Amino acid sequence: MALSHIRLRQVAGQVATIAITLFGLLLLTFVIGRMMPADPVRAIVGEDASRETYEMVFNQLGLDRPIWEQFLRYLGDVLTGNFGTSIRTGQPVIEDILHVMPATIELATFAILIGAGLGIPLGVTAAVNKDRWPDHLVRVFSLFGHSMPIFWTGMIALLVFYAGLGWVGGSGRMSQFYIGLIDERTGFLLIDSLLAGDRDVFWSAVNHLILPASLLGYSSSAYITRMTRSFMLDQLGQEYMTTARVKGLSRGQTIWRHAFGNIRVQLVTIIALAYGGLLEGAVLIETVFAWPGFGQYLTNNLIIGDMNAVMTCVLIVGCIFILLNLISDLLYRLFDPRTK
Amino acid sequence: MTSTARPHSRLPAPLLALRNIIAFLWRTPTSAFGLIVLSVLILTALFAPWIASHDPYLQDLNNVLQPPGNGHLFGTDELGRDIFSRLVWGARITLRIVFLVTVVVGPIGLLVGTTAGYIGGRFDTVMMRITDIFLSFPSLILSLAFVAALGPSLNNAIIAIGLTAWPPIARLARAETLTFRKADYIAAARLQGASALRIIVKSIMPMCLPSVMIRLTLNMATIILTAAGLGFLGLGAQPPLPEWGAMIATGRRYMIDSWWLVTFPGLAILSVSLAFNLLGDGLRDALDPKQMNRR
Repeated sequence: MALSHIRLRQVAGQVATIAITLFGLLLLTFVIGRMMPADPVRAIVGEDASRETYEMVFNQLGLDRPIWEQFLRYLGDVLTGNFGTSIRTGQPVIEDILHVMPATIELATFAILIGAGLGIPLGVTAAVNKDRWPDHLVRVFSLFGHSMPIFWTGMIALLVFYAGLGWVGGSGRMSQFYIGLIDERTGFLLIDSLLAGDRDVFWSAVNHLILPASLLGYSSSAYITRMTRSFMLDQLGQEYMTTARVKGLSRGQTIWRHAFGNIRVQLVTIIALAYGGLLEGAVLIETVFAWPGFGQYLTNNLIIGDMNAVMTCVLIVGCIFILLNLISDLLYRLFDPRTK
Repeated sequence: MTSTARPHSRLPAPLLALRNIIAFLWRTPTSAFGLIVLSVLILTALFAPWIASHDPYLQDLNNVLQPPGNGHLFGTDELGRDIFSRLVWGARITLRIVFLVTVVVGPIGLLVGTTAGYIGGRFDTVMMRITDIFLSFPSLILSLAFVAALGPSLNNAIIAIGLTAWPPIARLARAETLTFRKADYIAAARLQGASALRIIVKSIMPMCLPSVMIRLTLNMATIILTAAGLGFLGLGAQPPLPEWGAMIATGRRYMIDSWWLVTFPGLAILSVSLAFNLLGDGLRDALDPKQMNRR
């Protein structure tokens, strides 16, 4: 009874924290939106609208009201799911974003698979061989991934693997030739092309995906490697490892079954956070690879100063981060008996 | 016991510590590389007018897109400007970013962290909530939004990066403050009638400074990459400034036929951010007492 009471208070505390963070997030996006130099009224009515039209739209947007009232109005709009209309496309911003999101999710998911597939074994290898040459090699390799300007590496990779060697597809999600051939059902090109049974489009999509996803994956593997290494080092130094060895288990068994088994939960939380971090890389890599996703949508709107679109994008990124933090927190509590 | 073998050393304690740290870093090949690259960067920036072979802004339309060689070490760009000279002058911009971000982020982070840690209570909760909100964003996306609000320019990019880079510093400074808030010397100062402000500025901030500086070095690689990314997206330094990220952005159009336009500025960014990462890695080892004894 007492336990469930504590649990309840914990949950309530968590909900309150999230609510406050969300409120702060909204305040932040509101301030950014108001600070933007682009005149939202001019953007709607055009350069040579009459003074009356201008004032009418100005009042319609509520810009004549005091600033706190504008903020309350913004809060109300967001809470009822109204994120405004994009000036550039004339569509509701949220529809635009839902339309571009699958491209980014597809890219980020492949990237995180590559990043984890690369980072976890490297991290384990480095920890097991601490201070010997494999450790140093892994360290330099992962620091390299962490240090490269990803937009530049993207260009060099395009130069080498696309223009030079012709191994992969160039920019975009598929060859120009196939655009419009596939019905958009889920927005995920790999799934859509399989649903349509079109193998050529599927392989073209894979061909275009592989390079940007590998680069993003490599850059995120730096973080995953480093964390895996330090988690493993914690475990390898524990006494139960010696006990397991004394009991006659092989080195490989103790490393993979005992030590690695214990860090799985921590790894999942790290990978969840790295997945969110990929959004950042996606902004730059999508620009280089002309990938029609969320990152490109955000930068395009930034450059033309489309206030509603930018505010919503920033808000969504913030929400994704809060959500990922929450998920990793929950996973931790669910799977780690010590947190109970 | 080795440091006591120098009785004649008249160096003040902080400088002596610095010398020991550099000596330690020098022994590890990776951090030595970091030290060398950063020294080269600083020297290049200082002596840019003598090192650069050409005027970085001088256009020569008869000599556009020349490959490396022929009096142009790294070739020329689409306006016939010497890429090597532009890179050399760009080192000044990179250093300016590093310096200004440090000047903006260090004090903000220190102030927020130490006051929150020292005063505690409600104030602490509110300040840490604000910090968390900023921390809940990837830094590039938040900087992008700030630059969009402030208007694209190098200085605004620096301000935007500063606004996004202080939260980790604040968290660190708060954690440090909490460890010696209850120390005797703080109590002594309070009993002598020192105000909270005086205690924070005179007694707490100096104690937090070393760890804050290390953290800043570690974050500098990310800061440089963010600045270059903003420059690349056209939201940072504006042409014709020879900022490395912006040089890559303009070179992109000519990339297929003239590889040198993007290759050299990218290598410059890569080596500087790698240098900061290696140096930060080494510093962490150097200042971790357990590691120090082992080596």
